Amino acid sequence: MTAVTDRQKLSYIASQAADARVNVELETEGMTLNIGPQHPATHGTLRIVAQLDGEQVIRAEPVAGYMHRGYEKLAEVRTYPQVTTLLNRIDWLGSFANEVPFILAAEHLMEVEAPPRATWIRTILHEMSRVAHMILFLGDMGVQLGAVTPVFFAFRDREYVLDQIEAATGGRFHPNFDRIGGLKDDLPKGWIESTKVALAKVLSFCDEMEDLLLGSEIFQARTRGIGVIPPDVAMQYGLSGANARGSGIDWDIRRDNCIGLAYPELDWKVWTHPDGDSFARFWVRLQETREAVKMIEQLCDGLPSGPVMAKVPRIIKVPAGEAYVATENPLGEMGYYVVSQGDLTPFRVKIRSASFNNVSITPWIMRGVYVPDIVTILGSLYFILGDIDR
Amino acid sequence: MIPAFTDPLLALEMAYWQETTIKVLLGLVAVLLLTGGVVYLYLFKFVSFMQSRLGPMEAGPYGSMQLLAEVGKWLQKEDVFPRKADRFVFAMAPAVVLTSTFLIFVVIPAGPNAVIADLATGIYYVLAVSSLSVIGILMAGWASANKYALLGGLRAAGQLIAYELPMVLATVGVVISVGSLNLQDIVAAQSSGSIFGWDGIGNPFLFTQIIGFVIFLIAVQAELTQTPFDMPIAESELVAGYHVEYTGIRFLIYFISEFATAVAFAAVASTLFLGGWALPESWGISRDAMHWVGPLVISLKAVLLVGVVFWVRFSFPRFREDQLQKLAWKVLIPLALVNIAITGVLKVVF
Repeated sequence: MTAVTDRQKLSYIASQAADARVNVELETEGMTLNIGPQHPATHGTLRIVAQLDGEQVIRAEPVAGYMHRGYEKLAEVRTYPQVTTLLNRIDWLGSFANEVPFILAAEHLMEVEAPPRATWIRTILHEMSRVAHMILFLGDMGVQLGAVTPVFFAFRDREYVLDQIEAATGGRFHPNFDRIGGLKDDLPKGWIESTKVALAKVLSFCDEMEDLLLGSEIFQARTRGIGVIPPDVAMQYGLSGANARGSGIDWDIRRDNCIGLAYPELDWKVWTHPDGDSFARFWVRLQETREAVKMIEQLCDGLPSGPVMAKVPRIIKVPAGEAYVATENPLGEMGYYVVSQGDLTPFRVKIRSASFNNVSITPWIMRGVYVPDIVTILGSLYFILGDIDR
Repeated sequence: MIPAFTDPLLALEMAYWQETTIKVLLGLVAVLLLTGGVVYLYLFKFVSFMQSRLGPMEAGPYGSMQLLAEVGKWLQKEDVFPRKADRFVFAMAPAVVLTSTFLIFVVIPAGPNAVIADLATGIYYVLAVSSLSVIGILMAGWASANKYALLGGLRAAGQLIAYELPMVLATVGVVISVGSLNLQDIVAAQSSGSIFGWDGIGNPFLFTQIIGFVIFLIAVQAELTQTPFDMPIAESELVAGYHVEYTGIRFLIYFISEFATAVAFAAVASTLFLGGWALPESWGISRDAMHWVGPLVISLKAVLLVGVVFWVRFSFPRFREDQLQKLAWKVLIPLALVNIAITGVLKVVF
């Protein structure tokens, strides 16, 4: 006999409760379906153990950790500049945005302030990585629902954004461009002009997605009312980003708690949708992409001149202390809690990534939905496995 | 009314067995040519262009070698059986699906005499053998010993049975208008008919049976398990549904039969609603010429209709199983019945 763990007991109790909730009229036999760890809908190596009654899901539980990479531990044996090379690999689609909060936390501890031009360029690149991230989401949502064309459009137009990121930072996926005290380099000549061309492509892509997906009756039938998260549940599970705003929670770190970035100086709007279903999350992300384009345009027009690097010591030693800095990343709140003891390396780094909280709601949300809805919900929650298994 | 086998094939006098052999060989060549042409034209050129996916346009001049490369690739792959699979049923399933496809072609007329078997019950023969593929798909889903395949097979069974009905009902309007189940009669009625006394383009039932045509096309899309009705395959949720465990040549058979069935149903639809192989009688083209022109005419119509299937396939997201059943039972079937009633009333009145 094998030992029954507490976790198994708990999940058994949960399944009994779920059985009582799902009204089973005919006598049927349950089936356990392993979705993942290798499954197109899981964006990587997430496993979802689903108890099915026919096509109806009685219980679904995500099992993460197939790709554990131990970044928090690795950060303890690397110097501060070296840590940034790890961080942009956490959420590989919005990589630049991952570097920013850690650098800001270190700057806060060192009491260094980046020059305004560096801050503005950081904000530009932060929004650029958001755009690159969202474009892939918008196309990928089509794939989850069986429409393959949008994702090819997404890869086509994402290229323009990645080209701009590459031109500015030298890296397409892992820019490693942020430094404590500023940025590695200034923007290259002509970058602003070519960025405007890329932004026009992004806007036309958003229009295409509006026609191909948002306006499609089948898309609406598949997403409206599917995976509804009420605002209070969203708060309980700590959802952030577009998933929370899709539930009508009017909260955005860029507006409400902006640290070290140029957002307060811009004219922009936080989009929310009251429905809380998959459609609302898609809609919010589509609007956010357009809003990000607007922001980048404003940032490019008002870019201050000056140096991009403050005076920092050659060998970076961060004074003892603790700091938590979070920014609004493409997926939601991404924060770093950095504890320093005055050494070359951080004593402890705790990463609060958005995906982990966002995906933790899946068992709650997947009661009584159908198998195709699992895919819709996973697609609309939108997570990056590197962000969960860090 | 065109009686069978009174015209000599290609204006040659031949024994019955010679004629049959030539018909079967020509039929197979025509089917494979059409299917290959459709795959090349739509999957490699049209859809690649539509999706800004330029890979398939690179191999050979104008991408013409891509089909050979794909087939060569599939033939090289290992033929894998899952350990717990029912080996016999697993191996037979693709053959059943392919057989059902080729059986459809038997009765589709491609010219005054270019038909393998001119059955009096042609259209119902088509509908009957096309539903054989359900058995092949269920066999594949069950024998794979895979939960995804099983779900896909069951979904396919539910879907194909649900859409058999609107498809049958959609053809009834045409049958009432013609008064015959024979496909040659249906073609003849369209080429010799007239619209309000004007016989410039004959009377393709596209105009009088527009509801039936639309229902038939939707049902064809579902029978082919193409998006938006592709939940038996559903690569993003069921990975590949009933053919998830198939590799190499067996997968290729499914792949071929998918496109061959698309061509077959497009040919049936163009026979029923677009006038088939015939050109309007008022154009005065001789019967001898139609032996050669007929196959081209129906091929062109069928390829154009397959284009519609592909266009829809690559533009829409996928329905959910219950939504699809609702569409079949609550929308299409009542609509088809209304269409039958209207057609019947008009037939009696005029």
